Amino acid sequence: MEPMTRMVPQVQEHLDALKERLLVMGGIAEEQVRLVTAALVRRDPELAARVQASDPPLNDLHIEIDQRCVRVLALHQPVAMDLRAVLAAVKINTDLERVGDLAVNIAEAVQRYLLHPPVSTPDHIPLMADLAQQMLRDALDAYVRHEVPLAERVLDTDDQVDALKAQVSVDLVPVMQAVPSTIEPALDLILIARHLERIADHATNVAEDVIFMVSGRDVRHHGAAS
Amino acid sequence: MGPQHPGRPGGPHAAESAEVGPKIALRALSVSYGDRRALTTVTLPMQAHRVTALIGPSGCGKSTLLRAINRMNDIIPGTRVEGDILLDGESIHAAGTDVVALRRRVGMVFQKSNPFPKSVFENVAYGLRITGVRDRRDIEERVEESLRAAALWEEVRDRLHAPALTLAGGQQQRLCIARALAVQPEVLLMDEPASALDPMATQRIEELIHGLKRTYTIVIVTHNMQQAARVSDTTAFLWMGQLVEYGRTEDVFTAPRERLTEDYVTGRFG
Repeated sequence: MEPMTRMVPQVQEHLDALKERLLVMGGIAEEQVRLVTAALVRRDPELAARVQASDPPLNDLHIEIDQRCVRVLALHQPVAMDLRAVLAAVKINTDLERVGDLAVNIAEAVQRYLLHPPVSTPDHIPLMADLAQQMLRDALDAYVRHEVPLAERVLDTDDQVDALKAQVSVDLVPVMQAVPSTIEPALDLILIARHLERIADHATNVAEDVIFMVSGRDVRHHGAAS
Repeated sequence: MGPQHPGRPGGPHAAESAEVGPKIALRALSVSYGDRRALTTVTLPMQAHRVTALIGPSGCGKSTLLRAINRMNDIIPGTRVEGDILLDGESIHAAGTDVVALRRRVGMVFQKSNPFPKSVFENVAYGLRITGVRDRRDIEERVEESLRAAALWEEVRDRLHAPALTLAGGQQQRLCIARALAVQPEVLLMDEPASALDPMATQRIEELIHGLKRTYTIVIVTHNMQQAARVSDTTAFLWMGQLVEYGRTEDVFTAPRERLTEDYVTGRFG
Protein backbone atom coordinates (compact mmCIF):
# COMPACT_ATOMS: atom_id res chain seq x y z
CA MET A 1 0.00 0.00 0.00
CA GLU A 2 1.38 3.40 -0.96
CA PRO A 3 -0.03 6.74 0.15
CA MET A 4 -1.34 9.03 -2.55
CA THR A 5 0.05 12.32 -1.32
CA ARG A 6 3.52 12.50 0.18
CA MET A 7 4.48 15.59 2.09
CA VAL A 8 7.69 16.97 3.49
CA PRO A 9 6.84 17.99 7.03
CA GLN A 10 8.27 21.17 8.44
CA VAL A 11 10.24 19.18 11.00
CA GLN A 12 12.32 17.67 8.18
CA GLU A 13 14.01 21.01 7.58
CA HIS A 14 15.11 21.13 11.23
CA LEU A 15 16.27 17.51 11.16
CA ASP A 16 18.35 18.18 8.04
CA ALA A 17 19.95 21.19 9.72
CA LEU A 18 20.69 19.11 12.82
CA LYS A 19 22.35 16.45 10.71
CA GLU A 20 24.45 19.04 8.89
CA ARG A 21 25.68 20.58 12.17
CA LEU A 22 26.48 17.16 13.62
CA LEU A 23 28.54 16.30 10.57
CA VAL A 24 30.53 19.51 10.94
CA MET A 25 31.12 18.58 14.56
CA GLY A 26 32.05 15.01 13.65
CA GLY A 27 34.52 16.31 11.07
CA ILE A 28 36.24 18.52 13.64
CA ALA A 29 36.38 15.75 16.24
CA GLU A 30 37.83 13.31 13.72
CA GLU A 31 40.43 15.85 12.61
CA GLN A 32 41.47 16.45 16.23
CA VAL A 33 42.14 12.74 16.70
CA ARG A 34 44.11 12.67 13.44
CA LEU A 35 46.21 15.69 14.41
CA VAL A 36 46.97 14.56 17.93
CA THR A 37 48.10 11.16 16.64
CA ALA A 38 50.36 12.90 14.13
CA ALA A 39 51.73 15.08 16.94
CA LEU A 40 52.68 11.94 18.86
CA VAL A 41 54.15 10.04 15.91
CA ARG A 42 56.07 13.05 14.51
CA ARG A 43 57.00 14.34 17.97
CA ASP A 44 55.51 17.73 17.11
CA PRO A 45 54.59 19.82 20.20
CA GLU A 46 53.19 22.63 18.03
CA LEU A 47 50.69 20.28 16.46
CA ALA A 48 49.71 19.08 19.94
CA ALA A 49 49.26 22.72 20.99
CA ARG A 50 46.98 23.27 18.01
CA VAL A 51 44.72 20.47 19.21
CA GLN A 52 44.74 21.91 22.72
CA ALA A 53 43.57 25.25 21.32
CA SER A 54 40.89 23.84 19.02
CA ASP A 55 38.31 22.86 21.63
CA PRO A 56 36.13 26.03 21.60
CA PRO A 57 34.48 25.42 18.18
CA LEU A 58 33.41 21.96 19.33
CA ASN A 59 32.03 23.34 22.57
CA ASP A 60 30.07 26.00 20.67
CA LEU A 61 28.63 23.37 18.35
CA HIS A 62 27.79 21.18 21.33
CA ILE A 63 25.64 23.94 22.80
CA GLU A 64 24.15 24.97 19.47
CA ILE A 65 23.08 21.41 18.60
CA ASP A 66 21.57 20.86 22.02
CA GLN A 67 19.56 24.06 21.63
CA ARG A 68 18.36 22.97 18.21
CA CYS A 69 17.25 19.61 19.63
CA VAL A 70 15.34 21.27 22.47
CA ARG A 71 13.65 23.60 19.99
CA VAL A 72 12.55 20.75 17.70
CA LEU A 73 11.22 18.75 20.66
CA ALA A 74 9.33 21.69 22.11
CA LEU A 75 7.91 23.10 18.90
CA HIS A 76 7.32 20.03 16.76
CA GLN A 77 6.81 17.18 19.24
CA PRO A 78 8.30 14.69 16.80
CA VAL A 79 7.28 11.04 16.92
CA ALA A 80 8.51 7.75 15.46
CA MET A 81 11.56 8.12 13.18
CA ASP A 82 11.65 11.90 13.71
CA LEU A 83 11.72 11.42 17.47
CA ARG A 84 14.43 8.78 17.15
CA ALA A 85 16.44 11.14 14.93
CA VAL A 86 16.32 13.93 17.54
CA LEU A 87 17.16 11.56 20.41
CA ALA A 88 20.08 10.18 18.40
CA ALA A 89 21.27 13.71 17.69
CA VAL A 90 21.21 14.62 21.40
CA LYS A 91 23.34 11.60 22.24
CA ILE A 92 25.70 11.75 19.27
CA ASN A 93 26.28 15.41 20.12
CA THR A 94 27.44 14.49 23.62
CA ASP A 95 29.66 11.70 22.33
CA LEU A 96 31.37 13.95 19.79
CA GLU A 97 31.98 16.63 22.37
CA ARG A 98 33.61 14.02 24.60
CA VAL A 99 35.80 12.88 21.70
CA GLY A 100 37.02 16.47 21.40
CA ASP A 101 37.78 16.60 25.13
CA LEU A 102 39.68 13.33 24.95
CA ALA A 103 41.73 14.59 22.00
CA VAL A 104 42.71 17.57 24.18
CA ASN A 105 43.60 15.19 27.01
CA ILE A 106 45.76 13.20 24.63
CA ALA A 107 47.43 16.42 23.43
CA GLU A 108 48.33 17.26 27.04
CA ALA A 109 49.81 13.79 27.55
CA VAL A 110 51.72 14.13 24.26
CA GLN A 111 53.22 17.44 25.46
CA ARG A 112 54.45 15.75 28.64
CA TYR A 113 55.65 12.69 26.71
CA LEU A 114 57.68 14.86 24.34
CA LEU A 115 59.71 16.22 27.26
CA HIS A 116 61.40 12.81 27.41
CA PRO A 117 63.37 10.76 24.94
CA PRO A 118 61.09 8.42 22.95
CA VAL A 119 60.13 5.09 24.51
CA SER A 120 60.74 2.22 22.16
CA THR A 121 57.49 0.29 21.77
CA PRO A 122 55.54 -1.57 19.05
CA ASP A 123 53.19 0.58 16.91
CA HIS A 124 50.07 -0.36 18.81
CA ILE A 125 49.08 3.22 19.69
CA PRO A 126 49.09 4.58 16.11
CA LEU A 127 47.16 1.46 15.12
CA MET A 128 44.61 2.17 17.84
CA ALA A 129 44.37 5.78 16.67
CA ASP A 130 43.77 4.65 13.07
CA LEU A 131 41.04 2.26 14.16
CA ALA A 132 39.37 4.86 16.41
CA GLN A 133 39.34 7.40 13.57
CA GLN A 134 37.99 4.81 11.15
CA MET A 135 35.27 3.94 13.67
CA LEU A 136 34.29 7.58 14.03
CA ARG A 137 34.22 8.02 10.26
CA ASP A 138 32.16 4.86 9.72
CA ALA A 139 29.75 5.73 12.53
CA LEU A 140 29.13 9.16 10.99
CA ASP A 141 28.81 7.69 7.48
CA ALA A 142 26.31 5.20 8.86
CA TYR A 143 24.48 8.14 10.44
CA VAL A 144 24.31 10.06 7.16
CA ARG A 145 23.37 7.05 5.03
CA HIS A 146 21.11 5.35 7.60
CA GLU A 147 23.23 2.24 7.12
CA VAL A 148 22.80 -0.32 9.90
CA PRO A 149 25.38 -2.88 8.63
CA LEU A 150 28.10 -0.22 8.62
CA ALA A 151 27.15 0.79 12.17
CA GLU A 152 27.32 -2.86 13.21
CA ARG A 153 30.85 -3.08 11.78
CA VAL A 154 31.84 -0.22 14.09
CA LEU A 155 30.62 -2.24 17.08
CA ASP A 156 32.77 -5.19 15.99
CA THR A 157 35.89 -3.03 15.56
CA ASP A 158 35.64 -1.85 19.17
CA ASP A 159 36.81 -5.27 20.38
CA GLN A 160 40.08 -4.87 18.42
CA VAL A 161 40.72 -1.49 20.01
CA ASP A 162 40.09 -2.90 23.49
CA ALA A 163 42.57 -5.70 22.80
CA LEU A 164 45.21 -3.25 21.54
CA LYS A 165 44.80 -1.09 24.63
CA ALA A 166 45.50 -4.12 26.84
CA GLN A 167 48.49 -4.92 24.66
CA VAL A 168 50.00 -1.44 25.16
CA SER A 169 50.28 -2.06 28.92
CA VAL A 170 51.69 -5.52 28.30
CA ASP A 171 54.31 -3.93 26.02
CA LEU A 172 55.30 -1.18 28.42
CA VAL A 173 55.44 -2.83 31.84
CA PRO A 174 58.74 -4.69 31.11
CA VAL A 175 60.20 -1.50 29.58
CA MET A 176 59.43 0.44 32.79
CA GLN A 177 60.82 -2.34 34.93
CA ALA A 178 64.03 -2.44 32.95
CA VAL A 179 64.63 1.32 32.66
CA PRO A 180 63.03 3.34 35.49
CA SER A 181 63.65 6.63 33.65
CA THR A 182 61.03 5.53 31.10
CA ILE A 183 58.29 5.29 33.75
CA GLU A 184 56.97 8.82 33.30
CA PRO A 185 56.74 8.82 29.48
CA ALA A 186 55.51 5.21 29.45
CA LEU A 187 52.69 6.09 31.86
CA ASP A 188 51.70 8.88 29.47
CA LEU A 189 51.63 6.38 26.61
CA ILE A 190 49.35 4.11 28.68
CA LEU A 191 47.14 7.11 29.38
CA ILE A 192 47.04 7.99 25.67
CA ALA A 193 46.04 4.40 24.88
CA ARG A 194 43.29 4.64 27.44
CA HIS A 195 41.98 7.90 25.94
CA LEU A 196 42.02 6.38 22.45
CA GLU A 197 40.10 3.41 23.75
CA ARG A 198 37.52 5.82 25.19
CA ILE A 199 37.27 7.60 21.83
CA ALA A 200 36.53 4.23 20.22
CA ASP A 201 33.84 3.70 22.88
CA HIS A 202 32.23 7.00 21.93
CA ALA A 203 32.31 6.00 18.25
CA THR A 204 30.61 2.78 19.35
CA ASN A 205 27.93 4.79 21.14
CA VAL A 206 27.33 6.80 17.98
CA ALA A 207 26.96 3.57 15.99
CA GLU A 208 24.49 2.23 18.55
CA ASP A 209 22.48 5.44 18.30
CA VAL A 210 22.44 5.11 14.52
CA ILE A 211 21.05 1.57 14.79
CA PHE A 212 18.36 2.83 17.17
CA MET A 213 17.56 5.80 14.95
CA VAL A 214 17.19 3.69 11.80
CA SER A 215 15.62 0.53 13.11
CA GLY A 216 14.21 1.38 16.55
CA ARG A 217 16.38 -1.41 18.01
CA ASP A 218 18.29 -0.73 21.22
CA VAL A 219 21.55 -2.69 20.95
CA ARG A 220 23.33 -1.08 23.90
CA HIS A 221 24.70 -3.46 26.51
CA HIS A 222 24.16 -6.32 24.05
CA GLY A 223 20.50 -5.37 23.70
CA ALA A 224 19.81 -5.99 27.41
CA ALA A 225 16.53 -4.00 27.39
CA SER A 226 14.97 -6.06 24.61
CA MET B 1 -4.55 -7.12 35.99
CA GLY B 2 -3.03 -10.24 34.51
CA PRO B 3 -0.95 -10.50 31.37
CA GLN B 4 -2.53 -9.22 28.18
CA HIS B 5 -3.06 -11.47 25.20
CA PRO B 6 -3.87 -9.18 22.30
CA GLY B 7 -4.85 -11.89 19.82
CA ARG B 8 -6.77 -14.15 22.18
CA PRO B 9 -10.50 -14.44 21.62
CA GLY B 10 -12.73 -14.30 24.63
CA GLY B 11 -14.95 -17.32 25.12
CA PRO B 12 -18.21 -17.35 27.08
CA HIS B 13 -16.32 -18.22 30.24
CA ALA B 14 -13.39 -15.94 29.58
CA ALA B 15 -14.22 -13.73 32.54
CA GLU B 16 -13.86 -16.65 34.91
CA SER B 17 -10.48 -17.82 33.68
CA ALA B 18 -7.19 -16.33 34.77
CA GLU B 19 -6.44 -15.31 31.20
CA VAL B 20 -9.10 -12.76 30.36
CA GLY B 21 -9.96 -12.33 26.69
CA PRO B 22 -10.47 -8.95 25.07
CA LYS B 23 -13.49 -6.90 26.08
CA ILE B 24 -14.21 -6.24 22.43
CA ALA B 25 -13.01 -8.41 19.57
CA LEU B 26 -13.47 -7.41 15.95
CA ARG B 27 -13.41 -10.50 13.75
CA ALA B 28 -12.74 -9.89 10.05
CA LEU B 29 -15.15 -6.98 10.21
CA SER B 30 -16.16 -5.38 6.92
CA VAL B 31 -18.68 -2.59 6.58
CA SER B 32 -20.10 -1.26 3.30
CA TYR B 33 -22.44 1.63 2.64
CA GLY B 34 -24.21 0.61 -0.55
CA ASP B 35 -21.42 -0.04 -3.08
CA ARG B 36 -18.79 1.72 -1.03
CA ARG B 37 -16.68 -0.38 1.28
CA ALA B 38 -15.72 1.62 4.36
CA LEU B 39 -13.96 -1.11 6.32
CA THR B 40 -12.25 -4.24 5.04
CA THR B 41 -11.75 -7.39 7.14
CA VAL B 42 -10.50 -5.73 10.29
CA THR B 43 -9.51 -8.08 13.10
CA LEU B 44 -8.70 -6.22 16.29
CA PRO B 45 -8.87 -7.05 19.99
CA MET B 46 -9.54 -4.33 22.57
CA GLN B 47 -8.67 -5.08 26.16
CA ALA B 48 -10.85 -4.18 29.13
CA HIS B 49 -9.84 -1.07 31.11
CA ARG B 50 -7.63 0.15 28.32
CA VAL B 51 -7.94 3.11 26.02
CA THR B 52 -7.68 2.16 22.37
CA ALA B 53 -7.09 5.03 19.96
CA LEU B 54 -8.17 4.77 16.34
CA ILE B 55 -6.08 6.98 14.08
CA GLY B 56 -5.88 7.53 10.34
CA PRO B 57 -6.69 10.11 7.68
CA SER B 58 -10.24 11.27 7.02
CA GLY B 59 -12.30 8.58 5.34
CA CYS B 60 -10.05 5.75 6.56
CA GLY B 61 -12.95 4.02 8.31
CA LYS B 62 -12.21 4.84 11.94
CA SER B 63 -15.60 6.41 12.70
CA THR B 64 -17.32 3.53 10.89
CA LEU B 65 -15.36 1.13 13.08
CA LEU B 66 -16.30 3.04 16.22
CA ARG B 67 -19.99 3.13 15.31
CA ALA B 68 -19.94 -0.57 14.46
CA ILE B 69 -19.19 -1.41 18.08
CA ASN B 70 -22.62 -0.31 19.29
CA ARG B 71 -24.33 -0.92 15.94
CA MET B 72 -24.93 2.76 15.29
CA ASN B 73 -24.31 2.03 11.59
CA ASP B 74 -27.55 0.03 11.56
CA ILE B 75 -29.50 3.26 11.31
CA ILE B 76 -27.79 4.23 8.04
CA PRO B 77 -29.79 2.73 5.14
CA GLY B 78 -27.85 0.38 2.84
CA THR B 79 -25.24 -0.54 5.44
CA ARG B 80 -23.92 -4.08 5.14
CA VAL B 81 -21.80 -5.67 7.86
CA GLU B 82 -19.73 -8.83 7.39
CA GLY B 83 -17.57 -10.54 9.96
CA ASP B 84 -18.43 -10.07 13.59
CA ILE B 85 -17.83 -8.14 16.78
CA LEU B 86 -17.72 -9.93 20.11
CA LEU B 87 -18.45 -8.14 23.35
CA ASP B 88 -17.24 -10.24 26.26
CA GLY B 89 -17.06 -13.14 23.83
CA GLU B 90 -20.66 -12.82 22.64
CA SER B 91 -21.57 -11.71 19.12
CA ILE B 92 -23.34 -8.37 19.02
CA HIS B 93 -24.99 -9.49 15.78
CA ALA B 94 -26.44 -12.70 17.17
CA ALA B 95 -30.14 -13.22 16.47
CA GLY B 96 -32.17 -11.76 19.29
CA THR B 97 -29.57 -9.19 20.33
CA ASP B 98 -31.32 -6.31 22.05
CA VAL B 99 -29.73 -3.30 20.35
CA VAL B 100 -31.03 -0.88 22.97
CA ALA B 101 -29.44 -2.97 25.71
CA LEU B 102 -26.23 -3.15 23.66
CA ARG B 103 -26.13 0.65 23.42
CA ARG B 104 -26.63 0.89 27.15
CA ARG B 105 -23.56 -1.31 27.63
CA VAL B 106 -21.64 0.56 24.95
CA GLY B 107 -22.13 4.31 25.39
CA MET B 108 -21.07 6.97 22.97
CA VAL B 109 -19.77 10.53 23.19
CA PHE B 110 -19.75 12.60 20.03
CA GLN B 111 -17.46 15.24 18.58
CA LYS B 112 -19.88 18.09 19.17
CA SER B 113 -21.37 18.20 22.60
CA ASN B 114 -25.09 17.78 22.16
CA PRO B 115 -26.87 18.37 25.46
CA PHE B 116 -30.64 18.30 25.36
CA PRO B 117 -32.32 21.72 25.78
CA LYS B 118 -33.09 20.82 29.36
CA SER B 119 -31.48 21.41 32.72
CA VAL B 120 -28.08 20.02 33.69
CA PHE B 121 -29.82 17.57 36.01
CA GLU B 122 -32.36 16.41 33.44
CA ASN B 123 -29.68 15.79 30.84
CA VAL B 124 -28.06 13.20 33.07
CA ALA B 125 -31.33 11.87 34.47
CA TYR B 126 -32.86 11.39 31.03
CA GLY B 127 -31.16 8.10 30.22
CA LEU B 128 -32.06 6.75 33.65
CA ARG B 129 -35.72 7.60 33.24
CA ILE B 130 -35.98 5.92 29.83
CA THR B 131 -34.33 2.80 31.20
CA GLY B 132 -37.04 2.64 33.85
CA VAL B 133 -35.41 4.13 36.95
CA ARG B 134 -38.28 5.84 38.77
CA ASP B 135 -37.18 6.41 42.36
CA ARG B 136 -36.32 10.08 42.80
CA ARG B 137 -33.57 9.41 45.32
CA ASP B 138 -31.99 6.78 43.09
CA ILE B 139 -31.99 9.22 40.20
CA GLU B 140 -30.48 12.01 42.31
CA GLU B 141 -27.74 9.71 43.55
CA ARG B 142 -26.92 8.44 40.09
CA VAL B 143 -26.87 11.98 38.64
CA GLU B 144 -24.41 13.13 41.29
CA GLU B 145 -22.29 10.02 40.86
CA SER B 146 -22.17 10.49 37.09
CA LEU B 147 -21.36 14.19 37.33
CA ARG B 148 -18.59 13.40 39.78
CA ALA B 149 -17.22 10.66 37.49
CA ALA B 150 -17.22 13.19 34.64
CA ALA B 151 -15.32 15.67 36.86
CA LEU B 152 -18.14 18.19 36.53
CA TRP B 153 -19.93 17.98 39.90
CA GLU B 154 -17.99 20.71 41.66
CA GLU B 155 -18.66 23.14 38.82
CA VAL B 156 -22.41 22.54 38.49
CA ARG B 157 -23.63 21.44 41.94
CA ASP B 158 -25.08 24.90 42.56
CA ARG B 159 -26.82 25.15 39.22
CA LEU B 160 -28.17 21.71 38.55
CA HIS B 161 -31.42 23.18 37.32
CA ALA B 162 -29.90 25.77 35.03
CA PRO B 163 -30.22 25.07 31.29
CA ALA B 164 -27.41 22.79 30.10
CA LEU B 165 -26.82 25.07 27.12
CA THR B 166 -25.62 27.83 29.47
CA LEU B 167 -22.54 25.73 30.34
CA ALA B 168 -19.18 26.39 28.65
CA GLY B 169 -18.19 24.13 25.72
CA GLY B 170 -15.87 21.92 27.74
CA GLN B 171 -18.46 21.61 30.50
CA GLN B 172 -21.13 20.64 27.97
CA GLN B 173 -18.88 17.90 26.66
CA ARG B 174 -18.27 16.60 30.19
CA LEU B 175 -22.02 16.75 30.75
CA CYS B 176 -22.47 14.52 27.70
CA ILE B 177 -19.90 12.15 29.19
CA ALA B 178 -21.83 12.20 32.49
CA ARG B 179 -25.02 11.46 30.55
CA ALA B 180 -23.32 8.48 28.90
CA LEU B 181 -22.00 7.25 32.27
CA ALA B 182 -25.37 7.52 34.02
CA VAL B 183 -26.72 4.32 32.49
CA GLN B 184 -23.59 2.52 33.73
CA PRO B 185 -22.07 1.35 30.46
CA GLU B 186 -19.08 -0.97 30.23
CA VAL B 187 -17.59 0.57 27.11
CA LEU B 188 -17.32 4.23 26.11
CA LEU B 189 -16.93 5.11 22.45
CA MET B 190 -15.60 8.62 21.92
CA ASP B 191 -15.64 10.24 18.50
CA GLU B 192 -13.16 13.13 18.62
CA PRO B 193 -14.48 14.21 22.00
CA ALA B 194 -12.14 17.18 22.35
CA SER B 195 -11.76 18.44 18.80
CA ALA B 196 -14.03 21.45 19.36
CA LEU B 197 -12.50 22.43 22.71
CA ASP B 198 -9.78 24.83 23.77
CA PRO B 199 -6.48 23.45 25.19
CA MET B 200 -7.54 23.70 28.86
CA ALA B 201 -10.89 22.00 28.25
CA THR B 202 -9.10 19.41 26.12
CA GLN B 203 -6.68 18.70 28.93
CA ARG B 204 -9.57 18.17 31.35
CA ILE B 205 -11.20 15.70 28.97
CA GLU B 206 -7.91 13.86 28.56
CA GLU B 207 -7.42 13.65 32.31
CA LEU B 208 -10.97 12.42 32.60
CA ILE B 209 -10.36 9.69 30.03
CA HIS B 210 -7.29 8.63 31.96
CA GLY B 211 -9.34 8.29 35.15
CA LEU B 212 -12.35 6.66 33.49
CA LYS B 213 -10.40 3.72 32.14
CA ARG B 214 -10.23 2.25 35.62
CA THR B 215 -13.96 1.61 35.30
CA TYR B 216 -14.62 1.51 31.58
CA THR B 217 -13.12 0.23 28.37
CA ILE B 218 -12.60 3.20 26.09
CA VAL B 219 -12.28 3.47 22.33
CA ILE B 220 -11.45 6.91 21.02
CA VAL B 221 -11.24 8.31 17.51
CA THR B 222 -8.95 11.29 17.26
CA HIS B 223 -7.30 13.34 14.53
CA ASN B 224 -4.88 14.71 17.07
CA MET B 225 -1.76 12.52 17.09
CA GLN B 226 -0.45 13.96 20.34
CA GLN B 227 -3.79 13.29 21.96
CA ALA B 228 -3.77 9.67 20.80
CA ALA B 229 -0.24 9.36 22.15
CA ARG B 230 -1.16 10.93 25.49
CA VAL B 231 -4.43 9.19 26.31
CA SER B 232 -4.28 5.73 24.80
CA ASP B 233 -2.68 2.45 25.78
CA THR B 234 -3.01 0.88 22.37
CA THR B 235 -3.28 2.49 18.98
CA ALA B 236 -4.78 1.15 15.77
CA PHE B 237 -3.85 2.85 12.52
CA LEU B 238 -6.38 2.55 9.71
CA TRP B 239 -5.84 3.47 6.11
CA MET B 240 -8.38 3.16 3.31
CA GLY B 241 -10.58 0.92 5.38
CA GLN B 242 -7.80 -1.46 6.35
CA LEU B 243 -6.02 -1.98 9.62
CA VAL B 244 -2.37 -1.22 8.90
CA GLU B 245 -0.95 -1.56 12.38
CA TYR B 246 -2.11 -2.17 15.89
CA GLY B 247 0.11 -2.13 18.94
CA ARG B 248 1.13 -0.49 22.18
CA THR B 249 0.84 3.26 21.78
CA GLU B 250 4.42 3.78 22.95
CA ASP B 251 5.63 1.48 20.18
CA VAL B 252 3.44 3.02 17.48
CA PHE B 253 4.77 6.48 18.33
CA THR B 254 8.41 5.59 18.84
CA ALA B 255 9.14 2.72 16.47
CA PRO B 256 6.13 1.65 14.39
CA ARG B 257 6.45 -1.61 12.49
CA GLU B 258 4.99 -0.35 9.22
CA ARG B 259 6.44 2.33 6.99
CA LEU B 260 2.93 3.60 6.26
CA THR B 261 2.31 4.14 9.98
CA GLU B 262 5.65 5.89 10.32
CA ASP B 263 4.78 8.20 7.41
CA TYR B 264 1.35 8.96 8.85
CA VAL B 265 2.29 9.69 12.45
CA THR B 266 5.20 11.87 11.36
CA GLY B 267 2.96 13.86 9.00
CA ARG B 268 4.55 12.62 5.77
CA PHE B 269 1.17 11.94 4.25
CA GLY B 270 -2.38 12.63 5.18
